[in-house]
Amino acid sequence: MALAIELTGITKRFPGVVANDDVNLAVEAGEIHAICGENGAGKSTLMKILYGMQGADEGEMRVNGEVVEFTSPGEAIDAGIGMVHQHFMLASQLSVLENVILGAEPMKSGNRINIAEAKEHLAEVGEAYGLTIDPDDLVETLEVGEKQRVEIIKVLYRGARILILDEPTAVLVPDEVDELFRNMRELKAAGTTILFIDHKLEEVLEIADSITVLRQGKTVATVQPGDVTTGDLAELMVGSELPTPDTTESTVTDETALTIDGLTVLDEDKRPAVDDVSLRVHRGEIVGVAGVEGNGQSELVAAIMGTDDAVSGTISLLGTDITNVSVRTRREAGIGYIPQDRQSEGLLLEAPLWENAALGHQTKQPFSSGPWFNRAGARQRTEEIRDQFDVRTPDIDVSAHALSGGNQQKLIVGREMSASPELLIAAHPTRGIDVGAQAAVWEEIRTARGTGMATLLISADLDELIGLSDTIVVMYKGRLVAELDPATTTPRELGSYMTGAALDEEVGS
Amino acid sequence: MTEQSTGHRLMMQFAAPVGAVILSVVASAFILMIAGSNPITAYGDMLGHAFKLETSVSMINRATPLYISGVAAAVGFKMNIFNIGVEGQYRMAAIFAAYIGGAVALPTVLHIALILLVAVAVGGVWAGVAGVLNTERGVNIVISTIMLNGIALGIIAWLVRKWQAEGEIVVVGVGTEPIDDSGLIPNLNFIPDLFGDIRSEELTGVLVIAILIGVSYHVLLNRTVFGYDLRSSGLNPLAARAGGVPPKRMVMIAMLMSGSIGGLVGIAEIMDKGRYDPNFVGFLGFNGISVALLGRNHPAGIAVGALLWAFLDASSDILQVTGAAPKEIVDIMRGVILLTAVIGYEIVRRIRVREEAAQAAARLAEVSA
Repeated sequence: MALAIELTGITKRFPGVVANDDVNLAVEAGEIHAICGENGAGKSTLMKILYGMQGADEGEMRVNGEVVEFTSPGEAIDAGIGMVHQHFMLASQLSVLENVILGAEPMKSGNRINIAEAKEHLAEVGEAYGLTIDPDDLVETLEVGEKQRVEIIKVLYRGARILILDEPTAVLVPDEVDELFRNMRELKAAGTTILFIDHKLEEVLEIADSITVLRQGKTVATVQPGDVTTGDLAELMVGSELPTPDTTESTVTDETALTIDGLTVLDEDKRPAVDDVSLRVHRGEIVGVAGVEGNGQSELVAAIMGTDDAVSGTISLLGTDITNVSVRTRREAGIGYIPQDRQSEGLLLEAPLWENAALGHQTKQPFSSGPWFNRAGARQRTEEIRDQFDVRTPDIDVSAHALSGGNQQKLIVGREMSASPELLIAAHPTRGIDVGAQAAVWEEIRTARGTGMATLLISADLDELIGLSDTIVVMYKGRLVAELDPATTTPRELGSYMTGAALDEEVGS
Repeated sequence: MTEQSTGHRLMMQFAAPVGAVILSVVASAFILMIAGSNPITAYGDMLGHAFKLETSVSMINRATPLYISGVAAAVGFKMNIFNIGVEGQYRMAAIFAAYIGGAVALPTVLHIALILLVAVAVGGVWAGVAGVLNTERGVNIVISTIMLNGIALGIIAWLVRKWQAEGEIVVVGVGTEPIDDSGLIPNLNFIPDLFGDIRSEELTGVLVIAILIGVSYHVLLNRTVFGYDLRSSGLNPLAARAGGVPPKRMVMIAMLMSGSIGGLVGIAEIMDKGRYDPNFVGFLGFNGISVALLGRNHPAGIAVGALLWAFLDASSDILQVTGAAPKEIVDIMRGVILLTAVIGYEIVRRIRVREEAAQAAARLAEVSA
């Protein structure tokens, strides 16, 4: 069969990282082809290159046998490629029909939109691909699955024969996933080629005709679903070797610092993002939370910090119930926080460093006494942080946005560690910083652990998780599905739990 | 190195507003020439008038409510809130404060305190409505305060007519019942008396209140934990929230503060006239926004902005008298100053961002080398 898409030797570099490294991909016309890989494996970059949103540095792209080079999504659309993004791009106040034709309106005389023709064309598309939806419904009244169908119809309406679906099942509930798969099969029957990104392996095996696995920017393998199990796929994604844990002596004590019992947190759609989670972190212990992003880790963190409400369950710190107290009370009780996105949640970018050093600690010494803010104290502490944590800055009066990402992170880490927290919530503490700074952050956390600090570490970096943690728990679909010993866990085991494959095997057996 | 960079920073601070004033003077000169007036005569009249003692006193009198209004707007701006409703807040506060002040007889300190308290409370409540709508229902504060301005003007027009019909507003010199002397803040004429003898202008005692507000604003914002919370929440509500500052509560507090201060804007006029009359001065709320923008929400900057605005007000008067130029030139100058200053601030900000980034990068290279 002819190849709909053929990518050879695609390489894309960003400053400091190679997002795609000699990627090869062959997609046959009329097949459903899945792309799997962990966060940061390079899936999104590859799709952006294919859709003309970014240019590749090296490599060749062929669509239906012809060499192409896209400089904008418009050119990709003209070549018959359509993309459905994970986050919908729909105008909720407009009807389905209006959304579909937006930007591609059929016109009639007098510069008016030919609604009749648009409706007719939409009906044809719907019939040809077996996608049904009322064109007059307002988009804001639609369910999530229906909105996704509108997005798919939108690209088909523009004549796409090759569809790219970016994590289409991430936002759907199981019934909606079944409906999506039914639609995908009908699209395939009508001759459409579908390329979709997913890391839920049981789904991939169910729907895909072939599967390509990416790891750290490289294509690892292309396999047929009949030949592999979810466990095999998980191993391909995670890699065959795991880093060995650091052999420092355990400092775990019997004293529980953080106790979480039956915690449930809802997301915006009122679905449980954290589902009945119970967890203990002892003084001197680092508990690592592994999991593919979007499985409830950030909601868990928000609930512990107090920025998100728990609908049920309790959280206590050193025996004191903190489930319903304010963020400030929690921070005063000794919770330190390294947020996953330092710029949006950790810094006042427009403010000088010495003001940033006080954030979250402004009610405590040396930043204030009583209601009065202590500028001299804040400046002094900032200088200490700068020296001790090696924050490279001209002086402490520059704004935080002047610093490089690594130095911003060192400032945040310094701010939290110099307050000697009882419990540190560290979400991706070394994301996006260089190797030297990374080692320094790890060393700080290890040292504080030795003095009794409890740490909850959320990370997508397996080196970090296995290297630092005393215990690893795996979060999947809002639940803690496994507790593993970093010294003995295997890649297959970890990957299976992270992707939900282990659960399916248990159910199946 | 440090001293040099401090000097550099100061220069950068003042580059935009000074440049804006110069540009506005030059641009207005061209406009005056096109309109057939002699810009040198016009500017001469304006400056000559301003340096007369009487005009100076009158300028301070005009600047006083503008300054209070500017601080009211600045409190909102610091929290990243655009309270465009000071206009309605001060008018509502003024009519109620004057009405109650005229209705009671009390010893002097108590009487003045009551009038101020009513003004603060009414201004705060009126702004608080917009605050509640925002925190509870997500209504945009710009929209709600504009609407509340309209509602305030309507209520005032209705009250004035109602009181007139009931005879509560005295017919002679229409307005609310005059406030007894015990309720009036004494003037500060002893200060201009040091410089010469003037009788036609009284220096308003409300100046003391304005200065107190400015000092408190500065101390609160820069020297207290609350001020830190307010500023951090305005800069980055998400980060502030993770740092223990609840954003909704800060929005509510900032609105209440802004409105309470705004409520005092009309006090100078009440003290001057002893009542609220239908010709009560308008647009102080909107001009306060201009003044706050010009002064970068800094207590001293706002004062300079308020004096500049007052100077242009006084100039408008003298130009009408001498006929050296159409008085509308003053509005053109205000517009040019504000527009160029705001653009200038942004340019200066970008230059600073670039300079700081370059310095930080240089430092990185230096250390790793």
